[in-house]
Amino acid sequence: MEIVLYAIGALLALALLFGAILGFASIRFKVKGNPIVDQINEILPQTQCGQCGYPGCRPYAEAIANGDAINKCPPGGQVTVNALADLLDMEPQTLDAADSQAGVSRVAYIREAECIGCTKCLQACPVDAIVGAAKLMHTVLADECTGCDLCVAPCPVECIEMRPVAVTTRTWSWPLPSGDNLIATDRRGQMS
Amino acid sequence: MNAQTHVIATSKRKIWPLTGGVHPAENKHQSTGRPIAPVPLPEVLVLPLSQHAGTPAEPVVTVGDKVLKGQLIARASGVLSAALHAPSSGVISAIEARPIPHPSGFSEPCIVLTTDGADQWCELTIIDDYRQSPPETLVNRVRDAGISGMGGAGFPTAIKLSPGSPVHTLILNGTECEPYITADDMLMRERADAVIEGAGILQYMLSAGQCLIGIEDNKPEAIAAMQLALSKSACADKMEIVVFPTIYPSGGEKQLIQILTGQEVPSGQLPADLGLVVQNVGTAVAVKEAIVDGKPLISRITTLTGAALQTPRNVEALIGTPAHHLLLHAGLQESQLSTLVFGGPMMGFSVERLDIPVTKTSNCLIAATPMEFPEAPDAQACIRCGHCAQACPSSLLPQQLYWHAKAENYEQLLHHNLFDCIECGACAFVCPSAIPLVQYYRASKGAIRTREAKQAKSERSKARYENRLARLAQESAEKEAKRKANAERAARLKTAKATEQTTVAEEDPVQAAIARARARKASASTLAAKPAKEALSGKQKELKIQLSMAKAQAKKTERALGAAQASGDDGTIEQLQSNLAMLNEQVAKLEQAFEHSSSSTESKAEKPVKKDRPALSDDEKKRKVELAMANAAVKKLQRALDSASEEDAPALKQQLADAEQKAAGLKQALENDL
Repeated sequence: MEIVLYAIGALLALALLFGAILGFASIRFKVKGNPIVDQINEILPQTQCGQCGYPGCRPYAEAIANGDAINKCPPGGQVTVNALADLLDMEPQTLDAADSQAGVSRVAYIREAECIGCTKCLQACPVDAIVGAAKLMHTVLADECTGCDLCVAPCPVECIEMRPVAVTTRTWSWPLPSGDNLIATDRRGQMS
Repeated sequence: MNAQTHVIATSKRKIWPLTGGVHPAENKHQSTGRPIAPVPLPEVLVLPLSQHAGTPAEPVVTVGDKVLKGQLIARASGVLSAALHAPSSGVISAIEARPIPHPSGFSEPCIVLTTDGADQWCELTIIDDYRQSPPETLVNRVRDAGISGMGGAGFPTAIKLSPGSPVHTLILNGTECEPYITADDMLMRERADAVIEGAGILQYMLSAGQCLIGIEDNKPEAIAAMQLALSKSACADKMEIVVFPTIYPSGGEKQLIQILTGQEVPSGQLPADLGLVVQNVGTAVAVKEAIVDGKPLISRITTLTGAALQTPRNVEALIGTPAHHLLLHAGLQESQLSTLVFGGPMMGFSVERLDIPVTKTSNCLIAATPMEFPEAPDAQACIRCGHCAQACPSSLLPQQLYWHAKAENYEQLLHHNLFDCIECGACAFVCPSAIPLVQYYRASKGAIRTREAKQAKSERSKARYENRLARLAQESAEKEAKRKANAERAARLKTAKATEQTTVAEEDPVQAAIARARARKASASTLAAKPAKEALSGKQKELKIQLSMAKAQAKKTERALGAAQASGDDGTIEQLQSNLAMLNEQVAKLEQAFEHSSSSTESKAEKPVKKDRPALSDDEKKRKVELAMANAAVKKLQRALDSASEEDAPALKQQLADAEQKAAGLKQALENDL
């Protein structure tokens, strides 16, 4: 009987000790903020376009962490939705985008001859990718433009348009081969 | 075969075997039968601005400029770039996008030079003895000559010649392992002296202790020529020609290092980190020409081969010569041509057009017939045979890479070191299922690069966005602070004013009030001075009127009296006489008053007195008016009486008497008042 009490006593002592250690660790090593928000924010394309209905990528990341849908990011495209689904262990949803432009990288272009220098687009750009001054022509820093569209609407003379980013020999890459899953007989069957 | 055995026997140096590798059909003999030939000058040379790895060159000429052979037409922009020179004399006819040798088939900016046929050189500066110049000067000369790697990758040579760490061994790559290509072979056969001299210059520039010239044993003529040239050279003791068995891809930089030194360049590092620099034999010749002859890189040896050519051979082609021009020179049979390949059959790419120009990296053009390069058979399913892993010279797992590439699993691809793949095609060559493995790897590499670029950009966007938010917050904070400061200053000013006022009031409130009142009064009196005078003159006017009225009345009464005396009415006469006396008295009084008032207006000192008068005269005026009215009534009655009949006279007389009495009473009252 005594030995049982010893055992219980020993276990109790251990339990108290580890409980104290865990309690201390939970306070001492407390993670500030929500790390999942940072992880979601990493995946989002940082165009800061607001097409998700939030005023930037980080607010949307916070909204996702609080249970909002993951398919509201047209600039990120399906790739981003899939990555988010992977991160959050969710079923990948289809992208909730109105047009087929989603995922195509675009860049704002100012028809400089028409620009009146009103600086409205400068204020709209979330990444300061438009340079210019009042009553002077503005232009887009194409390398820094995220293609968010936000400068198009404020332009009073409608001289800003979104152009797809042209593929050059530097950005071109070989396409993945396709159709190698078929054995020759299968293909013949398909073709006949 | 005898020659090869002989050569290997003479190679004393220990060599290491290549990991993996394959033995594709060589097909080199077709183009080695004829010597290197010059090509007739083409009418137009198309010079892409980007013929090297790195940033494109910057044009320094404009359309219409006349240029001489060897003249700089585009300068290097940045460190990782190479200059471009006119390969012949002529006129710049355009600077525009033209199709360039690239697997995408895209067009890129090119300088188009219309040759004038004179082929006139510009002035060249030569270095007599390179050993007298510091290596830096020579490296700059190489940079100015626009030399980039001639083996295929086109890396700017000057960068390789100024490594960060000391270099002990220069390796000259005369391997040329890929089938069909014989440019380096023919170069070594015909220009071995230039190769050795170039190697000596490179060795001097790098201060490398030794130089290994690696040549595969399938080029016995080249080996013999090189050994002969080396034996004649002054620097023979520092150089060694190393011959090793032919296997593909022993010509890869890292593979050649492994064969010659037994060392493996670690993943993500450069040969320079091991104290090694590898240069192509063609680059060595270009360096020799740049230093010794002062000539920039304007031409290269290019192999023209393939079954669609009647006379496959090597030519010295000017950079920018359209492929079609070269192929015609080698007897192109266009009806037989199915594919034009730039580079070798393993690593090259096919192009759709024949007007694509030769660049600094174009070592071979294969004009193939359909029989020679048949269409790739359909890819079958991977049977996991593992041949690809045995063939891989980089010790990678091509099969794993294939699965992950297909699944677009980029993390796993990176984990399996996809970027160590040199795209040699050995795996695809051995694949029994004819899977285009290299294309999978290239596509995956491209996708990963794109993804990384996107990530880098999104990081940048994030930083810019956050900076912007910080800036806006700062701006609004500054505005707020300014607003606050303004408000504070205003409040301070207000309190300061208030305290000032209270102190003044406290000092002497009564005095201040008196002063204020005085000031007000003074301003008011100055304003009122004239109207007061007018008022006084108004009063005088009134008095004058009254006076004249009284005078008139007195005259009337006199006339009435005269009439009454004539009619003999004693009572009326008596009354009229007393009335007249009273009126005269009134007239006198009024005259006195008028005189008094008019004299007082002249003297302002008597103003207060005068001021008092109107107040008194209000009542007086009233009475006077009443009196005047009464007098008028009396006069009226007297006239009525004069013209009245006998029976009306007594009543009128009574009325007249009442009126006269009233007027007398009034007069009395007025006199009392005055």
